[in-house]
Amino acid sequence: MRRPRVAHLAVRYVLLAWVALVFIFPIVFMIVSSLKPDLQLLRDSASLRAFLPVGDLSLDNYRAAFDRAPIGRFILNSLFITATTMVLSLFLGSLAAFSFVFLQWRGRTIVLSLILATFIVPFETIAIPLLLIVNNLPWIGIDGFRIGWLNSYHVQIIPWIADALTIFLFVQYFKDLPRDLVEAARVDGATWFQVYRRVILPLSGPVIATAAILKFLVMYNNQFIWPIMVVQEENYRPIMVGLQYFFQLNTAWGEIMAYLTVITVPVLAFYLALQRAFIASIASTGIKG
Amino acid sequence: MAEVTLNSVWKSFGSVRVLEDLDLVVPAGSFTVLVGPSGCGKSTILRLIAGLEDGTSGEIRIGGVDVTTKEPSQRGIAMVFQSYALYPHMSVAENIGFGLTLARLPKAEIRKRVEEAARILQLENLLDRKPRHLSGGQRQRVAIGRAITRNPKVFLFDEPLSNLDAALRTQMRVELAELHAKIGATMIYVTHDQVEAMTMADRIIVLNEGRIEQVGSPMELYNRPETAFVAGFIGAPKMNLISGESASRRGCDLLGIRPEHVEVCQTGGEWEGRLRYVEHLGSDTIAYVDVAGVGPMTVRMPGEFNLNSGDLVQLNPQKAHEHLFRASRRIETEL
Repeated sequence: MRRPRVAHLAVRYVLLAWVALVFIFPIVFMIVSSLKPDLQLLRDSASLRAFLPVGDLSLDNYRAAFDRAPIGRFILNSLFITATTMVLSLFLGSLAAFSFVFLQWRGRTIVLSLILATFIVPFETIAIPLLLIVNNLPWIGIDGFRIGWLNSYHVQIIPWIADALTIFLFVQYFKDLPRDLVEAARVDGATWFQVYRRVILPLSGPVIATAAILKFLVMYNNQFIWPIMVVQEENYRPIMVGLQYFFQLNTAWGEIMAYLTVITVPVLAFYLALQRAFIASIASTGIKG
Repeated sequence: MAEVTLNSVWKSFGSVRVLEDLDLVVPAGSFTVLVGPSGCGKSTILRLIAGLEDGTSGEIRIGGVDVTTKEPSQRGIAMVFQSYALYPHMSVAENIGFGLTLARLPKAEIRKRVEEAARILQLENLLDRKPRHLSGGQRQRVAIGRAITRNPKVFLFDEPLSNLDAALRTQMRVELAELHAKIGATMIYVTHDQVEAMTMADRIIVLNEGRIEQVGSPMELYNRPETAFVAGFIGAPKMNLISGESASRRGCDLLGIRPEHVEVCQTGGEWEGRLRYVEHLGSDTIAYVDVAGVGPMTVRMPGEFNLNSGDLVQLNPQKAHEHLFRASRRIETEL
């Protein structure tokens, strides 16, 4: 009886280790390569040495990368855009979900279905119309009134706040919360906003963490086409657009790896900070990553 | 203290009609129990009074004021839920004081009233705990404490004891009755358990299929059930309801006789049957008898009787305690 169990476990661990390696090798490759000069990097990439910190290692690529592009500025831009979008998206998404789940209003099922239907619309189909719209919208900023949102932070933030996935995650979570709590709070004299703010939100830690991580990753990693379309000034560029600086006449692979290593740090830090809540939430809601 | 009245209230959920032209008066200061089987509309009535559900039509008054369209918090009510509905992220003190915090009362005043409620409910040592660290009975007390601090005119209880074990339920029954005696507010209590209704209420409203079957004190319902439904619902073990020959001999179509009003005799009984099963409770002996032509009957005898399954027994009803029904309604007998 004992032997098959051990064999079973062994197979399982080998498989898990293999999957873990598949996920970790690109990161190892990135970090190791960022320390090698281009020639060695290309030579090593044909063998296992690509994953080993051997040969002529230095931080030269990092110096060169920082010289070539304003990396600090790009990271700050990305973090600002990502964090602002994430916070607003969580706030509005959870409010919307609250109204879908706890308030009684005619047509809410249809509206929710319509919102969820936007899942299947790819960004590419709305890119051009969206560009035309934001180009004609007014804005009052510190520099006064102007028409057109191009070359700004808000053009990279506002279109991404409303998010069907965030709303969906909150709707699913709220549905599982006991309705009695909402009714008890109503009897206690809470306004709907107080019910949201003081009863529902404090109980929503896991789903907030999940939605935050997903939104953060999407905003930080995937913001590429849209910023290229709407931002020409370096001041507002996010990190992914910054990557272009390294694909000019001679592609500097070592510097690219250094750049990627640097911009990965905020993502890892953010994920590690919310990891526990994220995993708890996935385990409890049955939404598999 | 406030009187609660419902005037011709209708309530439907979609196409399902739950309440039909319901009129109901709950006297100020009474402990009124709404009792009935599942789905009879009793919880709906409570939720309508609380304002958690809107009536399809009709009027609801609390203390003479029309509250039909008012928010729950403006009705002067407090509600204790079956699930307790304690806020899991708040301590006991915060749970009890939540309504007062929302009302922006001064902190000192909140603390005073929370401590007062905690004293009444013996929760003083638990004020800093979270609900998950409390037992069922303690959670129940916190839920009641939350209701007390709001100084409501009317307390609403929605099956508050159904999640407790039998011993705790008995204890909480007594505590609730004492609480009512102490604070004297109007209390409306929903349950499907007729024992809870009999032991706690000064007034019982029996509901069936969205209609009121009978309103009265526990003993009125026990001694003079107006309908066959009430006769069968109130009292444990249930009243024997006999149709056929025995009923028509008395000029009715249903004869009701409570198990404690049937006597076992050696000879000359009205019915003869075979003992199917006997329960010896010490204080009582309860016999289940199969009577030919009548069906199963229950007999309750005070004290201990030496009866065994399979014995043949004669049964005789006490004439003074017979209840006669025609078309499910009580008819008077001249005795």
